[in-house]
Amino acid sequence: MLGAITTLLVYQLVGEVLVHFLALPVPGPVVGMLLLFLSLWFRGSIPDGLHTTANTILQHLSLLFVPAGVGVMVHFSRVSGEVVPIIAAVLGSTALAIAAAALTMQALIRLHQHRVREKQR
Amino acid sequence: MIPPRIADIWVYLSASPLLWLTITLIAYQAAYWVYARAGFNPLLNPVPIAIVALVAALKATGTAYSTYFEGAQFVHFLLGPATVALAIPLYAQFDKLRKLLMPLGGALVAGSVTAIVSVLAIGWALGASDATLLSLVPKSVTAPIAMGITEKLGGIPSLTAVLVILTGISGAVMAKYVLDALRIRDFSVRGFAIGVAAHGIGTARAFQVSEEAGAFAGLGMGLNGLLTAVLVPVAVGLIRNF
Repeated sequence: MLGAITTLLVYQLVGEVLVHFLALPVPGPVVGMLLLFLSLWFRGSIPDGLHTTANTILQHLSLLFVPAGVGVMVHFSRVSGEVVPIIAAVLGSTALAIAAAALTMQALIRLHQHRVREKQR
Repeated sequence: MIPPRIADIWVYLSASPLLWLTITLIAYQAAYWVYARAGFNPLLNPVPIAIVALVAALKATGTAYSTYFEGAQFVHFLLGPATVALAIPLYAQFDKLRKLLMPLGGALVAGSVTAIVSVLAIGWALGASDATLLSLVPKSVTAPIAMGITEKLGGIPSLTAVLVILTGISGAVMAKYVLDALRIRDFSVRGFAIGVAAHGIGTARAFQVSEEAGAFAGLGMGLNGLLTAVLVPVAVGLIRNF
């Protein structure tokens, strides 16, 4: 548990340092995630402790967004002044983006499977 | 009237981070308990329920957000290590991932472009102000990337943070219904779409349904963060030149 948390923090720290020095347009933790992924790939397996700890944290990932979400109270006045365009834009665009990504991925998977079957004939 | 002793305790507690940290955890766990009892019904997502309860408690006690955040920052901090931890379920799906590179790339571009174009079109058509529009553009990507994009565009980063959370909640609540209506059953497709459109809160929802969906959602979130950081400045530049 302690070892696993230390590992996650070390990768985050290395990510933050790289972002800072190379002026990357991405947050440090995302770079840390890519580096950890590459390390697991080289290692060829996931250490047990790391797998358990990661699952525990990710099970409650949604808790971690609560503090930032409470920040809505600071923006009540602006949001309430434009509540119709904001809500319509967020809801409409989110539904469209989910549909566009899902339909494209499903169509490309079917196309790929079709091609594999054609080759086998 | 409150007896002086209780008032003293309140003054002491309200100055320490312990109080609001504890209340945040209690509010979330109470909301999560309801969500779990309801069989993880997406309409009872614990994030909006906990947020509404906490905002009500802060308003009722006249507590400022900055005071609240002194306690809640310890939870907020864990977003960093949790993002790093997404590498682990992703690696566990590595074999499947390798076979799906082309479909994943296509879905990423389709979802990312649709999110940017449709939010601008709907917001503009309904008369949102320029500052609000600029703060809305990166709404589908994870908060730290979105805030950085808005800052460069001249929007309001803290408003973007709120809109990002609102998008994540909307995606987590509606994804099941949208995907069921489109008859999409594959967990890798369902997860990836929710991650592209609704970042971390969508990913959290996907993990509650299946580890495979969660891994692909985490991948969609990370990739869309990278792509949007590149696409949005280009898109806004094009619009401004018209």
